Amino acid sequence: MAPVACSGRAVGCLARGLQAEPALKKYDAIVIGAGHNGLTNAAYLAKSGLDVAVLERNDYIGGATVSRELYPGWTYSNCSYVCSLLRPELARDLELPRHGLQVVPYGGGVTFKRDGDYYGNYYDHNRQYREMARHSKRDANAYERYATDVMKQTRLIRPYLLRRPPDPTSLKLRDLRDLLGFARSFTEMGEEGLADTLKFWTKSVGDYLNEYFETDVIKAHLGGTGVIGTALGVYSPGTAYVLLHHYMGDVDGNVGSWGFARGGMGAVAGALAKSFQAFGGEIICGADVDRIMVSHGKVKGVALRDGTEYRANIVVSNLDPKRTFLDVMDESDLPEDVVRKAKNFKIRGSSGKLNIALDGLPTFNGLDQNSPLMLGDMHFTDSLERLERAYDDWKEGTWSKDPYVDMLIPSQTDPTMAPPGKHMMTVFVQYAPPRINGGEWTDADKAGFEKSVIDQIAAYSPDFRDLILHCETRTPREIEAEVGLTEGNIFQGELTFDQLLFNRPFPGYAQYRGPVRGMYMCGSGTHPGGGVMAAPGANAAREILMDLRRPDVVPGGYADD
Amino acid sequence: MTDNYDVIMVGAGHNGLVCATYLAKAGRKVLVLEAGDSPGGAAASREFAPGYSVSSCAQWLYQLHPRVSRDLKLEKHGLELAARDLASVLLDVDGQHLSVLGPLAEGGRLGGEDRDAYKLFHEKTLKYAKLISRLFESRPPGLVEANLADRFALVKLGVRLKLLGREDMSDLMRIVLSNMYDLMDEHFDSPQLKALLSVDSVLGSRMGPRTPNTVFGYLYRRVGEVFGYTGVAQVKGGMGALGEAMAASARARGVELRLGSRVRSIDMFNGQVTGVTLASGGQLRAPVVVSNADPVTTFEKLVGFRNMETGMARRVSQIRCDGGAAKLHLALDGLPRFNGLEDAQLAQRLVIAPDMNYIERAFNAVKYGEYSAAPVLDISIPTVSDPAGAPPGCHVLSAIVQFAPFEPAGGWEGASAAAGESHREHFTRLVLAKIAEYAPGIREQVVASELLTPADLERGHGMKGGHWHHGELSLDQVMMTRPFPGATQYASGLDGLYLCSAGAHPGGGVMGLAGKNAAREIIKRGAPV
Repeated sequence: MAPVACSGRAVGCLARGLQAEPALKKYDAIVIGAGHNGLTNAAYLAKSGLDVAVLERNDYIGGATVSRELYPGWTYSNCSYVCSLLRPELARDLELPRHGLQVVPYGGGVTFKRDGDYYGNYYDHNRQYREMARHSKRDANAYERYATDVMKQTRLIRPYLLRRPPDPTSLKLRDLRDLLGFARSFTEMGEEGLADTLKFWTKSVGDYLNEYFETDVIKAHLGGTGVIGTALGVYSPGTAYVLLHHYMGDVDGNVGSWGFARGGMGAVAGALAKSFQAFGGEIICGADVDRIMVSHGKVKGVALRDGTEYRANIVVSNLDPKRTFLDVMDESDLPEDVVRKAKNFKIRGSSGKLNIALDGLPTFNGLDQNSPLMLGDMHFTDSLERLERAYDDWKEGTWSKDPYVDMLIPSQTDPTMAPPGKHMMTVFVQYAPPRINGGEWTDADKAGFEKSVIDQIAAYSPDFRDLILHCETRTPREIEAEVGLTEGNIFQGELTFDQLLFNRPFPGYAQYRGPVRGMYMCGSGTHPGGGVMAAPGANAAREILMDLRRPDVVPGGYADD
Repeated sequence: MTDNYDVIMVGAGHNGLVCATYLAKAGRKVLVLEAGDSPGGAAASREFAPGYSVSSCAQWLYQLHPRVSRDLKLEKHGLELAARDLASVLLDVDGQHLSVLGPLAEGGRLGGEDRDAYKLFHEKTLKYAKLISRLFESRPPGLVEANLADRFALVKLGVRLKLLGREDMSDLMRIVLSNMYDLMDEHFDSPQLKALLSVDSVLGSRMGPRTPNTVFGYLYRRVGEVFGYTGVAQVKGGMGALGEAMAASARARGVELRLGSRVRSIDMFNGQVTGVTLASGGQLRAPVVVSNADPVTTFEKLVGFRNMETGMARRVSQIRCDGGAAKLHLALDGLPRFNGLEDAQLAQRLVIAPDMNYIERAFNAVKYGEYSAAPVLDISIPTVSDPAGAPPGCHVLSAIVQFAPFEPAGGWEGASAAAGESHREHFTRLVLAKIAEYAPGIREQVVASELLTPADLERGHGMKGGHWHHGELSLDQVMMTRPFPGATQYASGLDGLYLCSAGAHPGGGVMGLAGKNAAREIIKRGAPV
């Protein structure tokens, strides 16, 4: 196995020293940041025939879609860790499978209870029904209705992922037409369907689940996805949408299911990079952009921290909105409202991560090691109340003392992640605030955070602690420092409904265009948001090509389910 | 059995009386049945200790629609204000109180920058409140099965939004979905100012400042300013006097009002509402029944789930109407002294909530069915402006207390962790201790006290869950989804049954608009055959 399938070198990106070109080469377009959206955007610009360069600060590409070998023999998907939302239209169109992407679906999943029992999530429909009925017959029956209702919302939203959001304040023909289209697809649902949709978008995941289920552990198992990556609790209105956000993906057409990218999430970035390079694009690593150069209201290119300049009339930022407008752009080049809106943009991190190399497969209370439940996501929070209390800690400016974890052992499904017989565990942790009581994270805080997670897992697994060979702990501080996600927010901005659709990242700039001519945004901070979807990158490319009056090479969304 | 009523109204709450009066004005013969022995519903006054009386639920008047007031000739029928244009004062332990009235914020530790920022914020949000208030004055438009009137209403809304201008329109569409905590941080530095405005956004509901939706809650309250109230007003004789004035107005229009007449059920035959059965056994018939009870009580208790389709029953049972606010009444043998507050200022609205995190922590408790250890208080001392409510020289303190669950585990009379007292006693002690931090001598002045929990409010006023607004005012339960799809335009979805309570659009607060809009809808849908 290649040590790390997608390090920058492996996909042939140029280290800056090795660059053959003179420093002043002019490109048609420059994309800042080789995250999955930056690469997608660049791939489509290159596909349409433009001369495109992607500049990446790190020595490896991928942003938060990355695989790294931080312990010899183990591959960590050390930021994003599972795959589902990646738009199939794009994966197909950019021929990602040909470029090495293989997504293997996983079933299973389990929430362990404090009383020693657990609730399992089986792949088989009848087995699942029996498991639910073991806890509550009523819930088992309600699940049918729940699945249908959530799927209805999913179907509704999927076609809009690959479209730009219409601007309701605009009187332009295209916006009015888009708005009318929106309105029409909503009115097709009828008054009640529409009301249900409005409710779904504005409700808390806790309230939503309470409408269907009575069993704590079932609600907790389903409800966790409503707060992942989000600085809200399960009782906060708006979190039902976050649940939907995690449902609207698919693996090979199985809507709502999740999978592992073989070789870790870096495989996604790797395949995108190869696709981009196949269209003639160029990736330059170790290129730390200092600022976007603007002259007379037009973009001229970018300047690196070491003084090197790259010229282009199109500059696309894959950075989050705060970094884009407050770091790499000069305040004097921007309208006053953009600076204010960027400052007010909500991007508080709420999550941390532990990546753990294990000497063997741990055993968990009451669960057979060969159980298919082990293959999926494992949790230890058995009630919505415990989930909500974990959020209260975040509000108080500290990490959760009883954290919610989304824990997986992908090496059971993908043997490339760890040596034979050994295992790799990824533990996503909710909640961890961007700052501790208003101050920076210290190493002692980080150790405290790590301990609360390890203790949580060890309370359900007697041999877990002894199997740990290496543990990489990432608080929002580490996520920001390495990947450049401000405040460690994994979605490049909170997915609250005041920051979705035409409000993402903020009103007036939700159609990927920046306030300066030639400047664009393509990160998860734009519609439709984060989660390794690649849709923002593709949508931004479509807008850029439209402005350049070039043919649209970006596929539109289609409902294929 | 007299069968010659056109309309039977269940409940003489303020919306029921408003609706009945408008119907009578249009020539309908209306009978209003009220279980209690006084009209007004949550606009009520009660003697809670010998010689001491108080507005037992709502305590301030700040949203009553001027048109309703005029049409019902409430002043002629006895409505009088004891005080109006009262400022909201955020109490400070050291006496540095912040006072806000209309666009003016003064005192406290407020910097000049915040004072100016508040003026701008006030102006901007008033504009938004104005737009929202227009929506309140008519039935919520249908979005899909829209008739010409609905389409026209939608177009008008669209035009009004556009007329805000691009910047304000997009700002409104962003913040209305947002939470108060972040909005306050965007605009102000002063923790006092942020806290005082945040209290307005969560009053009467089960939300904290960080809860998305709370900006809507704030704009909702600001609608009162559009209706002519700068600050809050106090009704002479307590809110019960408003109920009495409305009842007098209704009677003058020929409405028959029967107090102490509890409705046991709303009766149906072949899917058509036929009348009501009284708890005393008698039956009354009318082609139209209007319920002023909250939607859950109406459908679950009065109509009965077995008389409706399961989807509808499910929607009713999903309405969130758990209250989060309690009420504390204190009978005092003298005027309380608050640090740094002059006696004249005691007539104003006094608020205890030092900062937004304090409010948020107070809210945390109620999520888990507990009451706040350090609660948020909205205090009125009505006897300063209206001495008739207490014996000479004595006073009444009335406070809205947040947050309290419907019932803590074990019930309000159950033993609290602090052994030797019930939850009710414990919470009363906590609230009193909190007031005493600002008014140190108050404990010695207390002659009698009464705590009304959400459970008590449900018992006393028939409001399910003890929720003042007959259902949470969150975005999933307002406008086109209030109380639930299929029953949003006052017609309940059951032939002959209409809704006119705060559980219908536009919601709670003593506004009178739910009653007024419902009457118009009932009249428009044609005279009953």
